Amino acid sequence: MLSIKNLRASVEGKEILKGINLEIKAGEVHAIMGPNGSGKSTLANILAGKSDYEVLEGEVTFLGQNLLELSPEIRSRSGLFLSFQYPVEIPGVPMVNFLKASVNEHRKFKGLDPLTAGEFLKLMRAKKDMLHLDTELTNRSVNEGFSGGEKKKNEIFQMAMLEPKLAILDETDSGLDIDALRVVAEGVNALKTTENATIVVTHYQRLLDYIVPDFVHVLYKGRIVKSGGKELAFELEEKGYDWIKNGEN
Amino acid sequence: MSIISEKISQTDQLASLFEQSREKLNQGSSPILNRMREVSFKRFAQAGIPDFKNEDYKYTNLKPAFEKSYRQELLRESGLINLNEVFKCNIPQLDTHLVFLVNGWFYSGNNPGAELPNGVVLGGLEQIANDKPELLQNYLNRQAGLSNDPFVALNTAFVKDGFFLFVPKGVVIEKPIQIINLLSSDENLMATQRNLVIAEAASQVKLLICDHTLTSASFLFNTVSEFFVGEDALVDVYTIQNHHNQSTSINSAFYKQERNSNLVTGTVSLHGGLIRNNLKVTFNGEHAEANVNGISFTDKKQHVDNFTVIEHSSPNCLSNQVYKNILDDESTGAFAGRIHVARDAQQTVAFQRNNNVLLSDKAKMQTKPQLIIDADDVKCSHGATVGQIDEEALFFLRARGIGENDARMMLMNAFAHEVILKISIEPLRERIDELIEKRLNGEISRCHDCNYQCNC
Repeated sequence: MLSIKNLRASVEGKEILKGINLEIKAGEVHAIMGPNGSGKSTLANILAGKSDYEVLEGEVTFLGQNLLELSPEIRSRSGLFLSFQYPVEIPGVPMVNFLKASVNEHRKFKGLDPLTAGEFLKLMRAKKDMLHLDTELTNRSVNEGFSGGEKKKNEIFQMAMLEPKLAILDETDSGLDIDALRVVAEGVNALKTTENATIVVTHYQRLLDYIVPDFVHVLYKGRIVKSGGKELAFELEEKGYDWIKNGEN
Repeated sequence: MSIISEKISQTDQLASLFEQSREKLNQGSSPILNRMREVSFKRFAQAGIPDFKNEDYKYTNLKPAFEKSYRQELLRESGLINLNEVFKCNIPQLDTHLVFLVNGWFYSGNNPGAELPNGVVLGGLEQIANDKPELLQNYLNRQAGLSNDPFVALNTAFVKDGFFLFVPKGVVIEKPIQIINLLSSDENLMATQRNLVIAEAASQVKLLICDHTLTSASFLFNTVSEFFVGEDALVDVYTIQNHHNQSTSINSAFYKQERNSNLVTGTVSLHGGLIRNNLKVTFNGEHAEANVNGISFTDKKQHVDNFTVIEHSSPNCLSNQVYKNILDDESTGAFAGRIHVARDAQQTVAFQRNNNVLLSDKAKMQTKPQLIIDADDVKCSHGATVGQIDEEALFFLRARGIGENDARMMLMNAFAHEVILKISIEPLRERIDELIEKRLNGEISRCHDCNYQCNC
């Protein structure tokens, strides 16, 4: 589904990613872990198409397409979803209008008719029930005045509405209390099928108690320095990142 | 030297025009209009057309507009076609009491009286000043006459007609009154319009004022409106300005509010070559409230300047101003907001905010808040921002599959929406949202829905 080959990228002249290689297949959950500043969020943002980064080398193929050539909106419509580390507040844009525009752009891309207002509300209700969300969120402007937990739940709700093929969860656990974490994780698990894949970007092992990865990769100084199964996460939790850092020497 | 000679020549030109026109100006006009002319013209001539040295006109240069030559319609011109056929209102869902004015003249085909509640007077200033001068005499020029603005004096010197509205004590007019000001001329035209609105105690009225150009000639439109908002009265005034790029509009509005009255204004500057809006609110009694809002959209070389003054002359009043501008291309904007809290106007609450979005590197915005506070127990705040479209928000929307243009549109609409939300007429709110979307899409680069379809 996603193939990253020797990806090097910089921001403001500073090289952050120094040759990333990663293969992700449908049905898989990959966790990318690493200490602060290792390049985790950079990788997530580059995959989603943020323009602040310069790709120096390498290629990324997503469902057979050259991902790096696509605009962020086409990446999204093609089935890539980034759950933001810091979801932005957009006062004045009602959640409902935003989501309806988003869902209908995705449908248009697939050659489907736009949903009517009624159909859309029905879909929204079904997804809310599925994620056990309170109805409050959709009556407001996008993320406006939301707590950290609400913002992250809202991201998962958008994910449920858009049903992406590849979801990248960037530090979805940061700023969440244990209850919110559980809601978010249950949502992600509920949306999991054999057809889609998930990349969980996280600093801590905590989230991986709830979203169990098939593979764990450790990113350090812009490179994946270690890959393994879910037991790697426990090892990291136990030994800390110093273990990786020391292993470098 | 050259600047001085220019000032003399422009003012001189108007002086000789005033001399030559005296007979026509006085002809058919009520003495209560005519007796203001000489002194007003003198005041104008002394001040002249302001330049940047005049602090109040620092950011708006009106000299080029006055350098053009214009004709004036000093007497009512007949032969107008049926306006209802020429002009289709852009807000058709709105159920309003509708009247037209053309080049500052109250259109003779108007017939708003039938449906209005008893005692309400809606008509042309010229006619009412002749027929019922007693309705006007305690109000006319009582606010505008105190102004130092040269264009207000010029307006008073050349006043012929405009609209007049009188709402008697306790009368509630449910349907909004819609006033459509049309400018239509084959030659360049200077139009003067003078409006007077008296809302007596405990009355309620909503006004929707729409400005349009119908032909491609250059227009210089100088309007003065005085509003008297009585005790416990509720008055809403929404203005939508939609002129072509060869037009200059100087629009001065004065509001005087009595005890417990409530005023809402919304000025939507949708399109226009140069627009200068002067707005002044004076609180003349306690516990009055004014919500004063504006939004403007400019592109190409357009210029919009909002100049507001809130006079907190009485204690316990509240004013709240929100002005926003979206500027594209090489357009420029200005906002200057003065809040004056008089001595002993204790417990005043006065807020002011001016937020601006620049869509291009060449667009410019000048913003100048001015708080003069002579009382010690008040709550006042002001804030101004000038920035670009929020790139983080733009990326977020695009990352959810919304195309770049649509995402930008969504963000600009959201930015404007705060001001639109203050409009209390719901169908109008929806319609203005649509108009704004059209404007931002570039669909209002010509005078929309106008049969002339001039390219301007």
